[in-house]
Amino acid sequence: MNNEKAPLLEMKNIKKDFFGNQVLMDINLTLHEGEVLGLVGENGAGKSTLMKILFGMDEIRDTGGYGGDVLLNGQKVVFNSPFDALAAGLGMVHQEFSLIPGFSAAENILLNREPTKKSVVSEVFGERMNVLNRKKLTNDARAAIDKMGVKIDDKMIISEMPVGHKQFTEIARELSNDKLKLLILDEPTAVLTEKEAVALLDSIKGMASRGIAVIFITHRLHEIMEVCDRVVVMRDGHVVQDVAAKETTIPEVTRWMVGRSVDNTAAAKKVAVEDGKDKEIVMSIRKLWVDMPGETVRNVNLDIRKGEILGIGGLAGQGKLGIPNGIMGLYEAGGEVTFMGKKIPLNSPRKCLDAELAFVSEDRRGVGLLLDESLGWNVAFPAMQIKNKFLKKYLGGLVSWRDEAAIKEVTEYYIDLLQIKCTGPQQKARELSGGNQQKICLAKSFALEPQFLFVSEPTRGIDVGAKALVLEALRKFNHDSGVTVVMISSELEELRMTCDRIAIVSGGKIAGILPASSTSEEFGELMVSMVK
Amino acid sequence: MEETKTTTFMDKLKGMVNSFGLPRLIIAAFLLVLFIAAPFVGADFWTQITNTINRFSWNAIMVLAMVPMIHSGCGLNFGLPLGIISGLLGATLSIEWGFHGFFSFIMAIVIATPFAILFGLAYGALLNKIKGGEMMIATYVGFSSVSFMCMMWLLLPYHSPNMVWGLAGKGLRTTISLEGYYDKALANILQINIGKLSIPTGTLLFFALFAFLMWAFLHTKTGTAMTAVGSNPTFAKAAGIDIDKTRMLSVVMSTWLGAIGILVYEQGFGFVQLYMAPFYMALPAVSAILIGGASVNKASITNVIIGTFLFQGIVTMTPTVMNSMIHMDMSEVIRVIASNGMILYALTRKTEATK
Repeated sequence: MNNEKAPLLEMKNIKKDFFGNQVLMDINLTLHEGEVLGLVGENGAGKSTLMKILFGMDEIRDTGGYGGDVLLNGQKVVFNSPFDALAAGLGMVHQEFSLIPGFSAAENILLNREPTKKSVVSEVFGERMNVLNRKKLTNDARAAIDKMGVKIDDKMIISEMPVGHKQFTEIARELSNDKLKLLILDEPTAVLTEKEAVALLDSIKGMASRGIAVIFITHRLHEIMEVCDRVVVMRDGHVVQDVAAKETTIPEVTRWMVGRSVDNTAAAKKVAVEDGKDKEIVMSIRKLWVDMPGETVRNVNLDIRKGEILGIGGLAGQGKLGIPNGIMGLYEAGGEVTFMGKKIPLNSPRKCLDAELAFVSEDRRGVGLLLDESLGWNVAFPAMQIKNKFLKKYLGGLVSWRDEAAIKEVTEYYIDLLQIKCTGPQQKARELSGGNQQKICLAKSFALEPQFLFVSEPTRGIDVGAKALVLEALRKFNHDSGVTVVMISSELEELRMTCDRIAIVSGGKIAGILPASSTSEEFGELMVSMVK
Repeated sequence: MEETKTTTFMDKLKGMVNSFGLPRLIIAAFLLVLFIAAPFVGADFWTQITNTINRFSWNAIMVLAMVPMIHSGCGLNFGLPLGIISGLLGATLSIEWGFHGFFSFIMAIVIATPFAILFGLAYGALLNKIKGGEMMIATYVGFSSVSFMCMMWLLLPYHSPNMVWGLAGKGLRTTISLEGYYDKALANILQINIGKLSIPTGTLLFFALFAFLMWAFLHTKTGTAMTAVGSNPTFAKAAGIDIDKTRMLSVVMSTWLGAIGILVYEQGFGFVQLYMAPFYMALPAVSAILIGGASVNKASITNVIIGTFLFQGIVTMTPTVMNSMIHMDMSEVIRVIASNGMILYALTRKTEATK
C-alpha cells in the first residue's frame, strides 16, 4: 500500500499483563488511511484488551499500564483517557450501548458537543447559559447520518428505536466528529438483523473510501471476508496471522482462531463418538429454551450418557451458559428435561438439587460463594440444606443443630484434597484468590455427593497451575465416583483435554457433537455455523 | 529505631481500634467518663448503675428484635412500631378482658402473638416486593401504622375504666397505669437489693432466655439458611432455599420480638403508652444495635448486649451528670445526636451485600 507516508496507526510490541497473568505479548499492528482491518479471535484472545489500550481506557492504567508503543502518523502517543483518544481522531463503538434512552437520535449524536447560540441570559451569566442551536444540531446530526449512508430518523427517541438503529446512532455519533481518522467497531453486527448488517457493511466501505480507517471486530467471518482489506487473527494474546483478506478463506481463518499446533491435539482424548453409544442415557434434554440475558438458549436437544464427561463449547453469547443455568432453575426456562427416567421440573432449584443434580456456576462471586462467610459454611451449606448432612438432631428431630465439628472436618478434607491455599476452614471466602475460590465451589458441589454435575466455566479467570488442578479434580471426581459431568467452557483446548464428547452450541442450538479428537477446523466450523 | 517502634505501636492501636470500631470506642469512653464523673458532681454512683441496668433490661428485647431481619438481609427493622403495636394490642386487650397481676402479662403475650404474626406476614409480603429498598419502606410502614393506630385507639370499643378517658367514657388514654396488672411483673422476680443497688433479675433472665433462643435458632438449619439468604441471596437460591419464605419468617420473628419487647418495657416502666409513643421506639433500638457493632447485614447477640448497655448507659447517665455539671438540660440533645449520628454512620458505611 501507500508506503511513502507513515502509516496512520502503528502498534509496536504491545504487552499487557493483569497481575502477572500475561494477556498480550508482542503485538505488532499497522493500519493505513482508508484501510479496513478485520480483527478476529476466540473470546479471551486479547482483542478487547488491545482496543482498550489503543483507546486509553482507565482500567488499563489502573492495572499497571502496558508495554510497547502506539504511534499515530509516525508520532508516539500516550492516551491518558478516552477523551485524549477522541481528540486525536479515534472513535469507538462499544458492544454495550452508551446512549441516553430519553433523548432523540440527534441529541445523542451530538451529546456534549451541541452547537449553541447566545441568549439574553448568557450575555449576562456567560457561556454556560447559552441555549442549544436546534437547527444546527439537527443539520449536523443529519450530516453524520448521511455520512454513514444508513437512513435513520434523527428525531426518534432512543428508547423507541429497534436495536439496530441504536447501533447506527452510536456509529453516527463517532462519524460526527470531524477529526475522525480511525473508527473501532466492536462486534457491531451482533445485534443487527441480516438486512441491517448488510447496510452497515456498505457504510463501512463508504467510510473507507473517504479515508477513514476502520478496525472491525466480529465473530461473523463472512463479513470480514466481504468488507476487510486485511485480517488479523489473535489467539492467546498473540497475533498469529496477518494476511490480506483476498488471500485467505474462512476455514483457514477458523483454524488459525481455534487451532493450536496440530501435534498438541494428541493430548486430546481419543474417543470416537461411537464409543459408548450403547451406554445408558442418564439425562435427555428436549426443546429446551432459556431466557438468560446474553446467553439465550433457543432449542436444545441433547442426550447425556451415564458416567461420561460431556463438554459444551461455543462462542460467547451463543447460549452455552444458558443450558445449565436454565436446567438448574436460575433463569426462566421451558422444555423437557428427563433425568434417570424422571422428569425434572424446571424453574425450581430445589427440585433439581433434590434429584441429586449439582451445579458449579460460572458466576463464582455472585452465585457460587458466600463471600462474607467462612469456607466451612461455603462447603457445607448446600449439603446441609439439601441432604441434611452436617446436622445434629435434638429433641427427637425437632431441632436440627449445625454440627460445626463435622463441617470443619469435611472442609479440611477438601482443603487437603484440592490443595486449597487458605488459613483454615474459618477463613472468609472473600479473602481467597480466584483459583482457590473456584476450588471451594467445586468442594461445595462434591460435598453434595450428586449423581450429576454441571460445571460452568471452571477455569475462568484462574492461573495455569490452578487450571490444571481444577480439571484434574473434575476428572478424578468423574472417574472415582462415576458421576456424570457436563462441563461448559469457552476454552476449546481445555474441553478437548478433559471431555469424552464435545457439543458445540451456536445460535442457541446444538450445532453438533464431536469426539474430543476431532480437528480444530471441525470445531471452528460448528462454532460459527449458526451464529446469529 | 525510635520511630519504627512508635509506628508499629500506632499500627497496633489502629488495628485494635478498627476491630472494635471507632464509634463504639468513643461512646464506651464517653460512658466511662460519665461513670467516673458521676460521684464528683453529686450523683450517686450505685443509683446510676441501677438505672442503667434497669433501662437495659427494659430495652434489650426490642434491640434483639433487630437480629433476624438483619440476618435475612432485610436490613434494620425501622418498622419496629408495627411489632410494638401488636404488643400494645395485647396489653390493652389483656386489661380490657380483666386479667390481673402476673397472669395479665402472660395473657398480653398470648394475645399479642396472633397480631404480631398477622402484621408480620403482611409486612414481610410487602418487603419481599421491594427488595433492595427495605429500610426506607420499613420506616414508612412504621410511621403510617402508628398514625393509623392513633385513630383506632380512639375508635375501638374499649370499656375498661382503667384505660378510657374519664369524661367521655370511651377512647383510650395516652398513658395507662399498670398498677394492679403487670407492673414490675418480671422485675420483682428474684430481685437483688444491696444497699442502693437493685438488680431486676427476672427481667434480665427473661432477656437471657430470648437471647439464648435467638442464638440457638441461628445455629439450626433454618437459622443457617436465614444467614445465607442475607449474605448472598443468589447463592441461597442456587442452594434451593426459598428466599421469600425465609425473609418472611425473619420479619415475623422481628415483629413478634418487638411485641414482646414493648411488653417487657411496659412492665419495667409501669405504664402503657399509646398514640405517638411507638413512633419514637425504632430509632433507639436501631442505633443501639449499631453502637453494639452490628452492620446493616451482620449482627450477633453480643452486639445486642454491648449496644443496649452503651446506648442506655448514655441515655441514663447524661441527664444526671451533664445537667449537674453545666446546669442545662442536655440529655435529650445528646441522646438525639448519639442515636441519629450512629444510624447515619452505619448507613454511610453500608457495604452493599454482594450481588
